[in-house]
Amino acid sequence: MSNLVILPILIPLLAGAILVFWRKKLMVVRVGAQLVTIINLIVSSYMAYVILQDGPLILETGGWMAPYGIILVGDGLSIVLVVTTNIIAVASAFYAPNSLDKGREEHYFYTFFLMLIAGVSGAFLTGDIFNLFVFFEVLLMASYGMIVLGGTKEQLRESIKYVLLNLFSSILFVTTVSFLYSVTGTINMAQLSERVGQVNQDGILTTIAILFFVVFATKGALFPLYFWMPHSYTKPPAVISALFGALLTKVGIYSILRVFTLIFIGNIDYTHTFFIFLAGFTLLFGVAGALSTNNIKLIIAYNIIPAIGFMVMGIGIFTDLSVAGAVYYLIHDMIIKAALFFLVGAIAIAAGTSDLRKISGLIKHYPLLGWLFFIACITLAGIPPFSGFIGKLLLLKSAFANENFIVAGIGLLASLLILISVIRIFVQGFWGESMSLPTEKRSIKPLYFPISFLLFFSILLGVGAEWFLPHIQQIGVDLMNPSGYVDAVLKE
Amino acid sequence: MEILMSILAGILFATGVYLLLQRQLLKIIFGTALLSHGAHLFILTMGKLNRGAPPILVEGIEDYVDPLPQALILTSIVISFGVTSFLLVLAYRAYKTNQTDNMEHLRGNDHE
Repeated sequence: MSNLVILPILIPLLAGAILVFWRKKLMVVRVGAQLVTIINLIVSSYMAYVILQDGPLILETGGWMAPYGIILVGDGLSIVLVVTTNIIAVASAFYAPNSLDKGREEHYFYTFFLMLIAGVSGAFLTGDIFNLFVFFEVLLMASYGMIVLGGTKEQLRESIKYVLLNLFSSILFVTTVSFLYSVTGTINMAQLSERVGQVNQDGILTTIAILFFVVFATKGALFPLYFWMPHSYTKPPAVISALFGALLTKVGIYSILRVFTLIFIGNIDYTHTFFIFLAGFTLLFGVAGALSTNNIKLIIAYNIIPAIGFMVMGIGIFTDLSVAGAVYYLIHDMIIKAALFFLVGAIAIAAGTSDLRKISGLIKHYPLLGWLFFIACITLAGIPPFSGFIGKLLLLKSAFANENFIVAGIGLLASLLILISVIRIFVQGFWGESMSLPTEKRSIKPLYFPISFLLFFSILLGVGAEWFLPHIQQIGVDLMNPSGYVDAVLKE
Repeated sequence: MEILMSILAGILFATGVYLLLQRQLLKIIFGTALLSHGAHLFILTMGKLNRGAPPILVEGIEDYVDPLPQALILTSIVISFGVTSFLLVLAYRAYKTNQTDNMEHLRGNDHE
C-alpha cells in the first residue's frame, strides 16, 4: 500500500482543473503547466527509483482489498513508461508556448494537455481492466478536445472520423470486458491471469483475447486498422501531433503488451503467431505510406506505423529477449517520435510550408535545426550508437534465434526504407538551392530547447544502454513470468 | 431471460452498425448511441439476471445480487453520454464550417 502510485495521475489532473480559471492570463498558465510537468517528472523518477529497487508499488484505492476494489499497480514496465511520458510532457510544455497561436492557448490547451498526461499515466498504472477502459476514455476525451482546438475545416473533417472510430472501438472494449467478466467473474488483471491460467484458455477465451486485440490494435494503429491515423494526427498543430504520435498509439501497444503477457498466454501458438504476421504487414504498409507522400508531417505520422510493427513483432515472438526488445523500442520510439514531430513543426514554421517540394536549402539559414534533424533521422533508423539500434538489435536477435527469418528480413528492409523516407526530408529540405524564406514568421530559437531535451534522452538511451539495459531485461523477464505480478497484487 | 436480453442487445447492435454505415452524420451519431445502449444492456445480461437482496451483509440472507455490472454500466453510461453530446456539437460545427453533413463529401483529398 503506497499512496505514491496515484501522484502521477493526481498532479496533472488537479493542475489541469485549476488552470482553467486563468485561461486569459497566458503567462500564469504556461509557467504553471511547465512547473507541474517538471514536478511530475521528478515525482515519477523518484517512484521509478523506488520500484526498480524494491519491486512493485501497489495502491488499493479506498482501502478495498485487491480482487474487489480498483487497484493501481506500479511495476517496472508501468513506471518506465510513466517516466517517459513525463519527459515528453516537459518538452511539450516548453514547445507549446512558442509554437501555438494565442487563440488555441487561451482555449484551454494546457488543461487538455495535462488531462491527457493524467489519462495516459492512469492507463499505464491501473491494474483493473475496466479501469483501463476508463483511463482510455479520459485520455481520449482530452484528445478530442485537442484535435478540434482551432476548428479549421480540415481539423473538423478529420476529427469526426477520429472521434467516431475511437467511440466505436471503446464500445467494443466495454462489450469485450463484459464478455470476459461473464466467463471469469472478475475484472482484476492479476485475478484474471490466475483464472484464465486455471481453465486452459479455450475457444471462448481466445475469441475474447482476439476481440481485445482488435480494440487495442485500432487504438495502436496496427495493420489493417491504421487507415484513420496519419491524416487525423497531422491536421492539428505540431505539438498536438507530437503528443498524439508519441503517447496515444503507444497506450494501445502497452495494453497489448500487458494483456498478452499477463492474461491471455494459454494459446500462444494461435494468438502470438497471428501477431507476427500482422507485424510484418504493418511494417511494410506503414513504410510504404511514408514513402508515398511529400508532406513532411505526414511522412513522420506514417513512420509511427512501422514502429508499432516492430513492437508487435517483439510481443509475437514472445521470449524474454524479444519482450525486452519491444519495451526498449517502445521507450525509444515515444521519445524520438515526439522529437521528430517537434522538428518538422519547426521546419514548417521556418519554411512557411510543410510541402517537401517547396522546401530546399534550409541548412544555410538554420544549421542547428538541420543537424538536430539529421541526428533524429539516424536515431529513428537505428544506426549505432543511438537508441533505435539497441531496441532493433534485441528484436532481430530474438527473431533470428526463434527462426522467424521472414519477419526479421522484413524488419531489416523496413529499417532501410524508414531511413530513406526521413533522410529524404533532410536531403531535399536542407540541401540544394537556398529557398526564399517567408518574411513574417515566428522565431524558432525557443524551440531548440525542447527538441534538444528530447534528443538528449534519446542519445542517453543509446549511449548509456549499459545502465538501462539490465533494468529493461529485468522487465522483460518479469513480464514473461506473470506469477510475480499476480503474487504482488494478490499477496499470496 | 438472458437469451431474450442477448437477442435484444444483438438487435440494437445490428441497427447501430447499419446506421453507422449511412452517409448522413446525424444518422451515424444515432448509430453510436444505439450501439452503446446495446453494450450497456449486454453488460447487464452478462452479470446474470437473478433476483436477490442488495449486496450488503445481513444475517440470514444468502442470495445477493452482483453489484459489479451495475457499477460498470453506470460508468459506461456517463462516458457515452459525454461523448455523444460532444459528438453532436462537433457534427454541428463541422456542418457549419464544411457546409455539408454528408460523409462522402467529407473525404478530402488534402492540398497535395
